Amino acid sequence: MLNELLAHFKEDTEAYAKIRASVPEFNVGDTVNVHVKIVEGAKQRIQQYQGVVMQRKGTSSNGETFTVRKVSNGIGVERVFPILSPTIEKIELISRGKVRRARIYYQRERFGKASRIKEKLS
Amino acid sequence: MAGILGKKIGMTSTFGADGRSIACTLIQAGPCVVTQVKTEEKDGYIAFQLGYGEAKLKNTTQPLQGHFKKAGTTPKRKLAEFGGFLKDFKLGDTITASDLFAEGDKVSVIGTSKGRGFQGVVKRHNFSGVGGATHGQHNRLRHGGSNGACSFPARTFPGMRMAGRMGNDRVKVSNLKVIKILPEQNLILVSGSVPGANNSFVAIEK
Repeated sequence: MLNELLAHFKEDTEAYAKIRASVPEFNVGDTVNVHVKIVEGAKQRIQQYQGVVMQRKGTSSNGETFTVRKVSNGIGVERVFPILSPTIEKIELISRGKVRRARIYYQRERFGKASRIKEKLS
Repeated sequence: MAGILGKKIGMTSTFGADGRSIACTLIQAGPCVVTQVKTEEKDGYIAFQLGYGEAKLKNTTQPLQGHFKKAGTTPKRKLAEFGGFLKDFKLGDTITASDLFAEGDKVSVIGTSKGRGFQGVVKRHNFSGVGGATHGQHNRLRHGGSNGACSFPARTFPGMRMAGRMGNDRVKVSNLKVIKILPEQNLILVSGSVPGANNSFVAIEK
């Protein structure tokens, strides 16, 4: 019943479907570049955030999020983005990684050479 | 306060203008029918009795059947009184969500909270239980401690918080923002959560 009635929020569902169609297919272990809109006072600019996808959560719902990890100045940074977020300008797929887990938390303990992920060649 | 009856459909989330995710509740608000008009002359105050939700005729008592007949409507499941309307309505008029609310309004939602059954003081009154699990304690981890003093006053004061039935109470949540209204489907989306289970009756007040 909830989903049926939610479908009436057409603008949302249509906008969401559009976003979903524009998002490239990416998975855990892939390297992505997320273009994030940042509002500073009256100005808006785009910040790029590139890193490895750690996990994708809630993949069947509109609340789906993905976590991107990058090592910035020797410090690990993880950001969680809702996939339908209006603040995301676009998501770029940089490379595909070969991992065996759905959540690659083990990356948190690895730095430098040890944190390399094998590239998946299709 | 001006208000309307409705049904909680369920929760979802949407994005605000700043890109933040907002948890919100979908409510089917109305359409409600004016089943009685309370007037200054007759009742001493001005209010409208609204009816919401279809009821079966065989489940409606004869006095109520007459009441609905007078208003010229089918039997309704839920009746409630609201005052303070800016517009004037007549007996048998239909009130919809878009008559009362606009996007961006702050509303209060009244519902009956989910029943939790017989619960102890830790869950029911947020007590922290008695101390730790060690130092000889073995059987009172989630107890409330003392209920009062000894030979004076020799009784437990009324209103002492103890274990008992929890939930199933009338709860009002105020300052919920109306995010969206869909007039055709009588749906409104409000920010935050609303008391009660899905498909339970709620009243939305302005």
